[in-house]
Amino acid sequence: MRTKIALALGGVLMVVALVMVFIVVPTEATMGNIQRIFYFHVPVAWNAFFSFGVTFGFSIAYLKTRNPKYDFIAESSARIGIVFTTLILLTGMIWAKPIWGVWWTWDARLTSSFVMWLVYIAYFIVRSFITEEERRYRFGSIIGILGFLSVPIVAISIQLAPTTHPKAMIFNDGLHGTMLATLLISIFAMFVVYFLFVFLQYDNCKDAYEIAQLKKKLLKESE
Amino acid sequence: MKTFWKAAFAIAKKDILLELRSKEIISSVLLFAVLTLVIFHFAFTADHETMTQIAPGMLWVAFSFSGILSLNRAFIPEKEDNCMEGLLSCPVGREAIYMGKCLGSFIFMLIVEAVVIPVCAMLFNVDVFNPMIIFITLLATIGFVSVGIIFSALSVNTRAREMVLPILFLPIIVPIIICAVSSSSAILAGGTFEDIKQFLLIIVAFDVIFFTVPLMIFKYVVEE
Repeated sequence: MRTKIALALGGVLMVVALVMVFIVVPTEATMGNIQRIFYFHVPVAWNAFFSFGVTFGFSIAYLKTRNPKYDFIAESSARIGIVFTTLILLTGMIWAKPIWGVWWTWDARLTSSFVMWLVYIAYFIVRSFITEEERRYRFGSIIGILGFLSVPIVAISIQLAPTTHPKAMIFNDGLHGTMLATLLISIFAMFVVYFLFVFLQYDNCKDAYEIAQLKKKLLKESE
Repeated sequence: MKTFWKAAFAIAKKDILLELRSKEIISSVLLFAVLTLVIFHFAFTADHETMTQIAPGMLWVAFSFSGILSLNRAFIPEKEDNCMEGLLSCPVGREAIYMGKCLGSFIFMLIVEAVVIPVCAMLFNVDVFNPMIIFITLLATIGFVSVGIIFSALSVNTRAREMVLPILFLPIIVPIIICAVSSSSAILAGGTFEDIKQFLLIIVAFDVIFFTVPLMIFKYVVEE
């Protein structure tokens, strides 16, 4: 039921966001059409941080309670976080090529997103190396906690060097009314899409867990 | 508190004694670290000015790679003959075990650094053997080791063992490497303490966060 609600709401919001981005919102004066990627780039970035934050919170919850459901949420959220981080990097590169002239620079925000991406890929690789379920959840939670703590420190340590990444304009009235509205709708649409994916992924994890439990039970009975 | 430190020192002493008797790891890690510098020489044959610019980076690549090699070994001996079970059944907190392991590996890294820094200074004729750079290295090694130990304990309990430590450890210590390299470069370029204060603050913050949090969650790594 919740999946269907998220699907319906996410679908409608996505269509509205696309109409806003490509038809309603005015073209930015200096950058031109390429600036429209901003309405996609910023929402995925916010939601990527949010999803790793969720992983962090539910990793702590798992270690405290040992309820496998919390690990399913942490894992699902991290998976969507990786998808979003990949999209941050890709949309950022597509924007950077015409504006900066290069696909990539080792700028603070770019580097910290990239490192974040690597940390959570390691999270999944390490999980896949552990066959025993309980240990996989436990170690996953530990990496989920330590990985999330590293992200802000990377950002701060590179921040000491001058950055060329555009500053966040949303908090200092730098955005035109329609642009702000478009951005907020895009963020909200992406937020609902995040929940949709997490719900789907969570059900996947739970089903896989239940199948594994049934297999174990059958094996025991047949012995 | 007193028993905590006593236990931690006892574990560190055990690790060091074990290493002193076999000398297996220290000799290969030292050789590996020096070999890294040799490879660097062939990879970047450059003039003195360029060498001064890249020397801190070379040092930290050598420390990171040899650190991975030695940190990987921090828990492998405990896996043999159920030593880990023996260690865990000691009437001391898990925090003391973490602290002891960190101390042991910290001393180990200090030995590696004590060899690599002067060798680098001699081979490449750069002034890295300098009190400020040694201070930066010491400060950065604390965070380096405390992250390494928790991931080392985690990786020996996985199927792939040696593979797991570098992929977890390297991305997390990125801030340490950035700050240590940038501040050492600033010193080599004639900077003063004022110039590198911000980098040192980040290293200290990293040390504090990545020592206390692993100390708190180490017990979840070694339980079974």
